[in-house]
Amino acid sequence: MLIMIIMENEINAVQEENGDSEFINSDAGAEIEAEVKAERKVVIPGEVIISGDDFLPGEGVRREGEDLIASRYGLAEQVGRVVKIIPITGAFVPRRGNVVLGRIIDVLHNGWLVDIDTAGSAFLPVAEVPRYINQHEMGQYLAVGDVIAAKIWSIKGRGIDLAMKGRGLGKIEGGFMFRVNPSRVPRIIGREGSMISLIKEETGCNITVGQNGWIWLKGSSTDNEIKARRAIEVVAGKVHLGGLTEQMEAWFKEN
Amino acid sequence: MSSMDVTNLSRNYFRKMFAEGKRFDGRSNFDLKEVQIEYNISNKAEGSARVRLGKTEVVAGVKLETGAPYPDSLDKGNLMVSGDLLPLASPRFESGPPGFDAIELPRLIDRELRESGAIDFKKLCIKEGENVWTIIVDIYPINDDGALIDASSIAAIAALKNAKLPGLNEEGKVDYSREFGEKIPLNEDIIPISFTFYKLGESLILHPTREEEEACEAKITFGISKWNGQYMVNSCQKGGKATFSGKEIAKIMEILPEKYEEIIKNLGNLLK
Repeated sequence: MLIMIIMENEINAVQEENGDSEFINSDAGAEIEAEVKAERKVVIPGEVIISGDDFLPGEGVRREGEDLIASRYGLAEQVGRVVKIIPITGAFVPRRGNVVLGRIIDVLHNGWLVDIDTAGSAFLPVAEVPRYINQHEMGQYLAVGDVIAAKIWSIKGRGIDLAMKGRGLGKIEGGFMFRVNPSRVPRIIGREGSMISLIKEETGCNITVGQNGWIWLKGSSTDNEIKARRAIEVVAGKVHLGGLTEQMEAWFKEN
Repeated sequence: MSSMDVTNLSRNYFRKMFAEGKRFDGRSNFDLKEVQIEYNISNKAEGSARVRLGKTEVVAGVKLETGAPYPDSLDKGNLMVSGDLLPLASPRFESGPPGFDAIELPRLIDRELRESGAIDFKKLCIKEGENVWTIIVDIYPINDDGALIDASSIAAIAALKNAKLPGLNEEGKVDYSREFGEKIPLNEDIIPISFTFYKLGESLILHPTREEEEACEAKITFGISKWNGQYMVNSCQKGGKATFSGKEIAKIMEILPEKYEEIIKNLGNLLK
């Protein structure tokens, strides 16, 4: 753990130097500068990030007396007075309105049980399906093992309810699915979708990224699809670096 | 856990990819993973090795004990292979009583080692009918990224080749404080190695990654060695729901010697 942290710190340091010298007039350069200003620091649970009443605890941070203490392993970032942590690892924490990909695990009489990689399973009511379905033929529309894109409609004590009405939601057909760590999803999408649209442009693939880290991909040829997946995995492996979009443009030129 | 189960999409996609001879890591269907071996992992075991096969990682250790022989083999030593699928190795493994895979793995390695004749059991006899060596091979997967049995078989033979017999006291009991003697009596020429072929649709693959392994419908493991210039099948086990046709087995038999030579070449000086 310790070695890893030191390594990441070094990488960050190198990156900051690069950020100052190399990327000056591009958009990605602006992104790096913003990140340098934010001063990201790798923290582990229990570590004191900063002390004083001037700061407010954000996501993954708690206050104990004077100190702001990390509750998660990740990069601590200070935006204004708020100190928050961008997690590097961790499970998917469902939020209302998240678009997720899920796998049907059971067909019930009034809907489907869907696995979306949370502690409990989620429920998709039959009324959410955009066309009429005979109760006895539900398995023909969505069978066990099928994949859907859905939105988290509500989170109650009993479980999670899904909704499937909306653009881009519904049963997914063709292509393939793979998983990345859900904490990497924001970087894969990029600032205002910059990263994902770069990958889509370069490979010509259709890509859906669920907030739970499940990614669906479909392209015109197997080679393009393999390339798109490799690109996404490169991004997922470099989350802690700045200027990723720029780096990926270079990556696509090389490969 | 259900989230580990493969989706219909991925299974269909892998079927299509294997039929085209393509895989996500750029290998073709029968390309092997890169292999690395590290010795003397444990300083309390008589022999140990860590094997990395791609991202799969297995640690094997050898302990040696003395004891009474079994009544049906009074002049022979014993071999015991045990294994445990540690929860740290894969989200699929859970602690608790061993499941099917956890029982299958050491049994396959045991059979492959025993039947290949790699170990000279007669030389493991200290005093006939009274005192013989027992070789205990422990296999611990550290990281499961597919092809666990194949990686374990390499780790087991590597650990055996690394092991030395401990000293004995006057009563013929093990005395670890004494100087270690010679290596375990092995037949140097015989190197048993397992190959597990996975089947999805009409395609066969070797050395799968975890997601490929999960998508596949059947598997068949062959323990192979070479003796006097002849390739020998020492063990064989089939698992999964799908079936293998005679044609497919014939094809596997054609590929096996080729792949055996390839992995022996890859292991090269690593296996000493």
